[in-house]
Amino acid sequence: MDKNNQATHLKKEILVKTIKAFLSDNFEENTRLIPFEMRPKGHEVPYRCCIYKEREILRNRIIATLGFPIEGSDERVLLSNYAKEAQKREKPDEQTLTVLESACKGCVPNRIFVTDLCQGCVARPCIENCKFGAISIVNGKSQIDSSKCKNCTKCIQVCPYHAIVKIVVPCENACPVDAISKDEQGHARIDFEKCITCGKCVSSCPFGAIHEKSQIIDILTRIKQGKKVVAMIAPSIVGQLPCTIYQLKTALLKCGFYDVLEVAQGADVTALNEAEEFRERIENGQKFMTTSCCAGYNNLVDKHLGEIAPFRSETKTPAYYIAQICKEKYPDAISVFISPCVAKKSEALKNDNIDYVMNYEELGALFVAHKIELSELEGTQYEVEPSREGRNFGITGGVAKSVEAADNGKSEIKPYLVNGINKESIRALKGFAKKGECEFGNLIEVMCCEGGCVGGNDCISNVRTATKAINEFTKDSKPIV
Amino acid sequence: MKKTVVKICMGTTCFVMGASELQELEEIIPKKFGNSVDIQGVTCLDYCSSCSEAQAPYVLVDDEVINKATIEKVMEAIERKLNNGQE
Repeated sequence: MDKNNQATHLKKEILVKTIKAFLSDNFEENTRLIPFEMRPKGHEVPYRCCIYKEREILRNRIIATLGFPIEGSDERVLLSNYAKEAQKREKPDEQTLTVLESACKGCVPNRIFVTDLCQGCVARPCIENCKFGAISIVNGKSQIDSSKCKNCTKCIQVCPYHAIVKIVVPCENACPVDAISKDEQGHARIDFEKCITCGKCVSSCPFGAIHEKSQIIDILTRIKQGKKVVAMIAPSIVGQLPCTIYQLKTALLKCGFYDVLEVAQGADVTALNEAEEFRERIENGQKFMTTSCCAGYNNLVDKHLGEIAPFRSETKTPAYYIAQICKEKYPDAISVFISPCVAKKSEALKNDNIDYVMNYEELGALFVAHKIELSELEGTQYEVEPSREGRNFGITGGVAKSVEAADNGKSEIKPYLVNGINKESIRALKGFAKKGECEFGNLIEVMCCEGGCVGGNDCISNVRTATKAINEFTKDSKPIV
Repeated sequence: MKKTVVKICMGTTCFVMGASELQELEEIIPKKFGNSVDIQGVTCLDYCSSCSEAQAPYVLVDDEVINKATIEKVMEAIERKLNNGQE
């Protein structure tokens, strides 16, 4: 679904309002009032059946924004209590996603459907071509027996009137690993054993029913407590806000962060290590290696694709290296990874050096709430200037290119890009693992999101403009070797 | 003929709430309307402080304020202005 839609607008509006409440002199009470402020008495009812349901759904969205799961939340507890508890939380919740049952439409199940456009023709290619005998003529029109239909879509292809359609459930359709499906009531449920936290369901739901549990209140609470909170900005941040990364550093310092590091610095370490590992693996006779920097891909391998694990690079992610650098520099710091996607939240939960993750939408909302005019700020320099290659990690092909550059012609690298994880690319990866080789290349770069990290579910800008902005920014950066 | 002036707010609030998408107008408008429209990216039109982030992003087409602006809404407004000018 296009980024520019009212569901994401609504989620961002709630983020801004929740952060504004935190910054106000009465966080708890002002949080309780947000649904009433957004839908006051007499306000139009834009999306749901009545104003009460509108407010209830907003309330649930706020609970997720405060970092709590909606599943099992208690209707009797006031939002002000949730706000109070959020500030006491020591560690973020284990699961990063939550479904708002109240917002979930309970879409009709995936199925093939004959529309009114059916002319009941003489040829009846739908009946002739159905291998399962699922179609018959009822009242002069084709009808599908859902108990026999196998969703093969053959009838859709052969109908001369384009009268047959496939009805999809957007979240189920977007999930590459079948981790989301309907419960008995028809509402979406995530199977966290299977979920790779790619965030595709979050972006695809037209009702905005799937939320990330935000850690923004935890982060703001640490800042308020006077802790040394250090931000680590991922390379895909360029182009996501109307400012340079130098102005961004100034803005983060103004919000109370102690220091800001570029994750691209960690990406440089990843690229150099990965180039060395690639040489070793090829020398030892392995036919290909996949990259290992994408959190969504790593979850996929760990949960569903064990056969490709021996081919996945052992090199750590840029987030891993920068968090290590951060904690060596500031042992008592609270580190915050600023991320384009929800998958990094799952990576952070497994890494003691990353305390929290803040996504780009939350970052943008933080500046809106603080009323910081980014483009008017003076820039602040970073202690380390990372390379062009490290800064290009967030766009498809960027990681492979940086490994090639770091290798500096020592080995014959033929990159192959997996630009987005979906059922098709999972099948392809399985095939490479089975054969022990990949006919298209020997360095397989895997990015879970189309376009790379710039296509992450929490990005503000679209892939095209973001990629353009990164290319423009990095062209003057120094080479990695 | 007087040019139609389009001001796209690139302030923090508008950008975060959706103006990042509107950057594409800088390519689309000249392609469609040539020299008859003048586009300016401005830092802040200051509607966000008087109204609310809920209605951002804001775009100004001559003297008409477009809230919750999208590429389609802006293009439609420009077309309306240009057609009125001809009558």
